Amino acid sequence: MRARVLVRPKAGILDPQGQAVERALPALGFAGVRNVHVGRLIELDVDDPARLPEMCDRLLTNPLIEDWEIEEAPEVAETTR
Amino acid sequence: MRFGIVRFPGSCDEVDALAAASRVGDAVLLWHADHDLQGVDAVIVPGGFSYGDYLRAGAIARFAPVMAQVEEFARDGGLVLGICNGFQVLCEAGLLPGALLVNLSLKFVFRQVELEVVRGDTAFTNAGPSEGRLSIPVKHTTGRFYAPEAELDRLEAAGQVLLRYAPGHNPNGSLRDIAGVCNEAGNVFGLMPHPEHAVDPLGGSVDGLTIFESMRAHVEQHVLA
Amino acid sequence: MSSSTSSLDARHRQLGLTDDEYARILDRLGRPPGDVELAMLSLMWSEHCGYKHSRRLLRRLPTEGPHLLLGPGENAGAVDVGGGLAVAFKVESHNHPSAVEPFQGAATGVGGILRDVFAVGARPIAVLDSLRFGEPAASSRSRYLLERAVAGIGFYGNSIGVPTVGGEIYFESSYEANCLINAMCLGLAPHERLIRSAAAGVGNVVVLLGALTGRDGIGGASVLASAELGEGDEAKRPSVQIGDPFTEKKLLECCLELLDRELLVSLQDLGAAGLTSAASEMAARGGVGLTLDLCQIPLREADMEPFEIMVSESQERMLCVARPECVGELLAVCERWEVLATTIGCVTQGDTLQVLHRGNAVAELPVSVLVDDCPLYDLEPAPAPSDLYGSPVAVLGGSESPAEVLLALLRSPNLASRRPVFEQYDPVVQSRTIRRPDEADAAVLMLPDGSAIAVSIDGNGRRVAVDPRRGAAEAVYECSANLACVGAEPLGLTNCLNFGNPEKPHVAWQLIEAVEGLSEACEALGIPVVGGNVSLYNEAPSGPIFPTPVVGMVGKLPHASRAGRLGFACDGDAIALVGPFDPAAAGSELSKLRGEAPVGDLPDADARAIRVVHEAVRARVRSGAFRSAHDIAEGGVAVALAECAVAGGIGASVRLPGGLDPFGEAPGRGFIVSGPREALAGFVVIGTVGGDSLTIDGLLELGVSELRAARDGGLAEWV
Repeated sequence: MRARVLVRPKAGILDPQGQAVERALPALGFAGVRNVHVGRLIELDVDDPARLPEMCDRLLTNPLIEDWEIEEAPEVAETTR
Repeated sequence: MRFGIVRFPGSCDEVDALAAASRVGDAVLLWHADHDLQGVDAVIVPGGFSYGDYLRAGAIARFAPVMAQVEEFARDGGLVLGICNGFQVLCEAGLLPGALLVNLSLKFVFRQVELEVVRGDTAFTNAGPSEGRLSIPVKHTTGRFYAPEAELDRLEAAGQVLLRYAPGHNPNGSLRDIAGVCNEAGNVFGLMPHPEHAVDPLGGSVDGLTIFESMRAHVEQHVLA
Repeated sequence: MSSSTSSLDARHRQLGLTDDEYARILDRLGRPPGDVELAMLSLMWSEHCGYKHSRRLLRRLPTEGPHLLLGPGENAGAVDVGGGLAVAFKVESHNHPSAVEPFQGAATGVGGILRDVFAVGARPIAVLDSLRFGEPAASSRSRYLLERAVAGIGFYGNSIGVPTVGGEIYFESSYEANCLINAMCLGLAPHERLIRSAAAGVGNVVVLLGALTGRDGIGGASVLASAELGEGDEAKRPSVQIGDPFTEKKLLECCLELLDRELLVSLQDLGAAGLTSAASEMAARGGVGLTLDLCQIPLREADMEPFEIMVSESQERMLCVARPECVGELLAVCERWEVLATTIGCVTQGDTLQVLHRGNAVAELPVSVLVDDCPLYDLEPAPAPSDLYGSPVAVLGGSESPAEVLLALLRSPNLASRRPVFEQYDPVVQSRTIRRPDEADAAVLMLPDGSAIAVSIDGNGRRVAVDPRRGAAEAVYECSANLACVGAEPLGLTNCLNFGNPEKPHVAWQLIEAVEGLSEACEALGIPVVGGNVSLYNEAPSGPIFPTPVVGMVGKLPHASRAGRLGFACDGDAIALVGPFDPAAAGSELSKLRGEAPVGDLPDADARAIRVVHEAVRARVRSGAFRSAHDIAEGGVAVALAECAVAGGIGASVRLPGGLDPFGEAPGRGFIVSGPREALAGFVVIGTVGGDSLTIDGLLELGVSELRAARDGGLAEWV
């Protein structure tokens, strides 16, 4: 399976990257933007999707400061490194 | 007294830590892929950008083979000092409480900062001025200490906060100005400032030496004696 | 070697070769070049690799000196610093990539110059940067370039553990469309570890080290892409190279260990034109041939074409030659450092660079054609018209008081404190740095035997625009003056010549005059040029950049503990004005703030007198007679005094000699020094250190905190 792990700052944690974006958008004329958070996207092919949560807890994220969510992604034919 | 300094791929300040530790005792480098601490009396997890800080600072280094030995050494009461990236590694490894987040400025910051010694009676601070100040540089992008409020209260009550940034010197937005914390047992200590870069009078400050001297004093009194 | 000659005729032009150059290729080869060959030749004969417009001119620069160990032509030059140690150094530009993507452009600029230095066997110990942007107040693009370039430099240097110890930044509207990102690196090596890039030993093995080869920087050569590639494949050829300091850190440690174990015959970094240039240069310098098998090269994308592999500019790669019996140990060292290492070819007799792909020779070129036969062009100079550069927007009207003028100068982006920038760089890693930015006029790094080296980088384009010959010479004088202020004697210099389009007569003239000025100053001070770099075509429709020769100079001082500082040190010390200092307003920062174009007469420079005063300052810093020393540069005496006061956190009271323009400039000639009154005997004493304000008799009185606030605020709002 091609999986997508979405990593975002845990709710309530100060997210200065999100704040910076939230401040920058109105300056460019994009009004009405709220609750911006900047996280990470990790894409990976896995043989056993059942092990993904464990991967997230142990390496891909720091559970103290980050939340994660797993999505299935479309397969890709060619990989690049 | 023999210090062992871990070297990961991407470590930068391991040679600096080696030189600083060598001023107060013997010191050797410990290779990340080895399973052997070479019988050292204290371990330093140094600064730098282990594994490029890719994924998260310290996240990959904590799984290096040598870290299993370091964790065991720490559980047995051995002294472990984490500096900057080493602090991040020890937090990721669960040896220290809290986490380090990206600086409020979102930028790398190098600055000579003043630190307040909160406790001068620990394995890492006994040789310094108790409740005095230390002038030591910081240099990092990911140094904002974070722990949930209740955890911060607990850390302070338990005397685990050993160093704070002096008023006006917090360079990264660390909660409660925390610059360095130890574990409950007091044998594992992490700090963002770089004591190994304040050991030579030609460099401007020798205040960092007290951390290494404290470790030596502790080991000589409690371990080697 | 199939080639469809009909379409090739057009292709050579698309690849940047003129019809004459293509005819020359046909003549030298006696046949039309194949696709891969044409790609290789077009790059080796480009301005960037072939130095077509500057090679003849550069022969003018003096390259002999008593301390010289490696001169021009190697990856970096090197000088002897005593104790069996050598310092290798070089400055290089990464201007055009940084204008496209400033973060990655600046980062890979640092990565590239680091590789140049460890390619000669030296451990990189310091980076300095020379940056030029358009006016920050007027241009959001310039602010963006500044912020991202600084972040990129910090990202690479900090992550790889090499301190950034100094640098300089100027803002001028002539750089609006063409920012300059020049990076200089110094490395340290025992003499015996210095290694040359000449391939040698027929039958020896060629090994590629480091990152995978991808479609980075294929750029213009992509016109050679075979028709089989479908539409949309252009996206596969990223024009932006991405820096990976982690990979380079491992590569660096690995290469130094390979050299310490004496496993390498030669070493070369892969920079512009990638494998093509690296292999050609190694073969040319060794007088041998090379055969490379492209199928052995580890690729990031499997379907890369041979020409793409040959011209790829993927970063963090090195090429080395080793004896066959050493390859086993070499690969083991690389594995330990997690560095990819692949045998890709061998050294051959003769003069042929042969490139194999799936058993076929896709290129078979005489190395001499690639490296030596590139046509060299004579410049056709004509003096630049005086209105080549327009007048800047006036900040000052002319009715301001001297105090207001001084504060305006301290606030101006060119003179304001660089702290917001330097704070983003690690200046102390590796534990050698004893003078950080803002502490002294040059960075100082200590050596194991208690001595130290000092380094400074300089190049004020505004003054070179006024008078290319005198302005370029001043860059040399100022670097030498900076070294004198910490007590260091110059050993050698490197330069980066950033100019506009040399095919335009006025730019050709600027270039010729500037090289002449550099040469004269180097000869007068006895400092050899150990190597450098040229960046031409920095030109917009509105005209060329200011001619900007950047000079990086390395010196030596016997006792690290005696390194000088710029700040006033002791209450009651006397202050002296030292040197043949006869400043003028032309080309000064004040003339810019008043909206004056860069024209006029720069003050004459008596090179002999300059050399004598540099020696005098150096000796007295070393002896401790001077407790502070600072060269008088932009903003003249008044700004120099303010800088000494702010750095020392203490005021001063002075009376200037009659008739001296407090804001006039004559870089490299004059110094503000302080010390005990008896130690300053024989110098023109102008005042005393003390108090918390700077008083210049009859002119101004300003609190040190006021001066500091003005100086600190100037750049902070832009970074």
